Amino acid sequence: MSSWVKTLSRVLYIDLSRKQFWVEDREDLFSKWLGGTGVAIQLYKEEVPRRADPLGPENVAVFAIGPLTGVFPMASKVVSIFKSPLNGYVAESHAGGRAATAIRYAGYGAIVVKGSSDIPIYAIVDEEKVRFRDAGALWGMRSSETVGRVLREALPGAGFRTIMRIGRAGERLVRYSNLAVETYRHFGRMGLGAVFGSKKLKALIVMGRRGFKLPDPKTYREVYKEIFELTKGPATRKYHDLGTAANIMVLDKLGALPTRNLSSGRFEGAREISGEKLAEENLSRRLACTACPVACIHLAAIREEYEDEKYFYKIEFVPYDHEPIYALGCNLGISDRYGLLKLIKVVEDEGVDSISTGVVLAWATEALERGIITLKDTLVELRWGNWRNYVKAVSYIVLQPNDFYRTLALGVEEAAAKYGGLDFALAYNRVEPAGYHTGPLYHSSLAIGFRHSHLDGGAYSMDQNLVASGGPTPSPEEAAKMIIEEESWRQILNSMVICLFARGVYGRSAVEKALRSLGYSIDASKLVELGKQIYLEKHAVKILEGFEPEKMRIPRRALETPTPLGNVSEEYVRKIVEHYAKLVKEYAKKIESGNPEKCVSC
Amino acid sequence: MKRFVVVDSNRCVGCHLCVYACTNRFGYVGMGKSAIHVRSAGGVERGFVVVVCRACKDPPCARACPVNALVLRQGGGVILNTAKCIGCGYCVNACDIGAVMWDSEFMKPVICTHCGYCVGFCPHGVIALEEVR
Ligand code: SF4
Ligand code: SF4
Ligand code: SF4
Ligand code: SF4
Repeated sequence: MSSWVKTLSRVLYIDLSRKQFWVEDREDLFSKWLGGTGVAIQLYKEEVPRRADPLGPENVAVFAIGPLTGVFPMASKVVSIFKSPLNGYVAESHAGGRAATAIRYAGYGAIVVKGSSDIPIYAIVDEEKVRFRDAGALWGMRSSETVGRVLREALPGAGFRTIMRIGRAGERLVRYSNLAVETYRHFGRMGLGAVFGSKKLKALIVMGRRGFKLPDPKTYREVYKEIFELTKGPATRKYHDLGTAANIMVLDKLGALPTRNLSSGRFEGAREISGEKLAEENLSRRLACTACPVACIHLAAIREEYEDEKYFYKIEFVPYDHEPIYALGCNLGISDRYGLLKLIKVVEDEGVDSISTGVVLAWATEALERGIITLKDTLVELRWGNWRNYVKAVSYIVLQPNDFYRTLALGVEEAAAKYGGLDFALAYNRVEPAGYHTGPLYHSSLAIGFRHSHLDGGAYSMDQNLVASGGPTPSPEEAAKMIIEEESWRQILNSMVICLFARGVYGRSAVEKALRSLGYSIDASKLVELGKQIYLEKHAVKILEGFEPEKMRIPRRALETPTPLGNVSEEYVRKIVEHYAKLVKEYAKKIESGNPEKCVSC
Repeated sequence: MKRFVVVDSNRCVGCHLCVYACTNRFGYVGMGKSAIHVRSAGGVERGFVVVVCRACKDPPCARACPVNALVLRQGGGVILNTAKCIGCGYCVNACDIGAVMWDSEFMKPVICTHCGYCVGFCPHGVIALEEVR
């Protein structure tokens, strides 16, 4: 194994209960599982008891990077693994910004945050130590952006640090609150913000500017140049130009754009909130995560006049992407671009996941329409397109002034179980879906997904290919194989940790070449094997925690509203779930019986 | 003679690829050995500041060095004679724009040599080499 592993193998443990920290050398894990997802799941397994309360001190937040982080272009992400307070099982979330390179150059391959503090604190990690600080003055602050600004000005390290923090939503344990990174990126899904909140950890700051000596600089520079040129090419262009928001028009045209709580796949106001229109009218700046030439982060500027004084304005910056536009735009019937951006801004400030928030509010709107709940519950009239009231409702979810909002803060599954309307409550395994109503493969991938991102297996694009080719829909067995195989390879990218927008650049041979230039001897076929094993390791943990895939509720609404490939059949989705369950349960059994899994990478 | 310049920092997306390129020159990866630094202009929504030596004709950094380790470079700026440098750090304070970086592993300054290697790795036309008379 390459000596490069040594640049990565230091794992920092931070125990918030005892306000202590220590470093362990985990070369064993990094040589066997590369890094990122592969290593994080093992660290999680070591720490978290199967029945642990996601909001208790036994839960951990593991952050991990990989051998290519800060070394090759677009290896720019951090993986986090933790037990999700939204569905109660092990979950994963990724984020970019400066987090990955800051951890890398502080000299760590992973950080394990464990225990919980008695008082609100934040922690500052540098190359030598961890400092704990009283977060009393930051706790309860209305905007997560302000928290970021205060910390930015108070701390050193500008340019080589990351400031990860939660908003009020995380403090108040909204089960789908996020952890924001550098203001505009997030560990968005699955409720990492609430895990931080339960640990009373307001922020985690990491800074470092170490350097590592390359084993073979000449080869490295050649491979680097090759990959760098590819990352600037057509494989990533669309993410730079319009960003992920380019999908709005594409999906609308297909009839795959979830609209008004997925009662339709088309939105008459799509053009108004499209990536094209946003770029023409509102785009103010594009930003990149560290080590990424693409710069997919799109910021809109909005100018707002104060109501009480003429010619008195404020300018605000709002990040936009496909998912928030879907969840908070068409899914709530909002075509007023200004209103949509204001709503995204509130979601940002409060620190909730935009997808879950949008889906929860869409369910509440329909439930109110149908008279299942009343204005007494919602406090403001939730009506399609009325963004002003949605803005208020987002803050109610966080402040939880009554029983109804206390329930909404637990997610759509919980709300519908209590008030009714399960048929139009969109969630798979209690997690609200991302915005692609492309067809049966996508919906199946949500059912068996781990991150509950559309990037789980990339099945939205398999559906779209089927639409384009007009070919026959694969049998459930074939479909399950396709999705799981793709997702297994993605485990390798997630262990490097490469941004999945660069998946077209980092094919099997590119990954092999990059690793070899750092002295690794692994070849492409071994990588594929390892990817499968990481996939199984992850999902087996979920099974062992009690996840029962067969018992999952498939939301009626997803089946009733036609996709470009027609109506999704429940039986089809269930067959895919069955296939998945069989595969991962077999593996879980092996783990249970203590059969040592053979190492495919060494 | 050439000089390295920041053409338009408004186009900068904060990717740091120039920083990594500069460090790569010496067979390292990371940020600690780079002569160029990029940080936000007070929040990323305001854009970025690209900090790098601007090739002074009469460099304050060189004047501050007690052991003459900073040799004047043709075309402006300085070249560090590492053998002479005692690592006192006076040059860091002497440069008002903050363009003398610090390598805390070797305890020596890092100052742009205007080689232009990083230019080829900036995807957005922020930095360039220009001819000086
Ligand atoms: S390092 Fe600073 S003082 Fe020295 S030449 Fe460059 S800009 Fe001038
Ligand atoms: S650190 Fe080196 S170059 Fe800078 S002033 Fe001191 S001796 Fe001179
Ligand atoms: S011109 Fe050369 S020395 Fe100066 S910042 Fe770029 S790579 Fe570094
Ligand atoms: S490479 Fe260019 S865009 Fe990227 S940080 Fe450097 S100057 Fe800015």
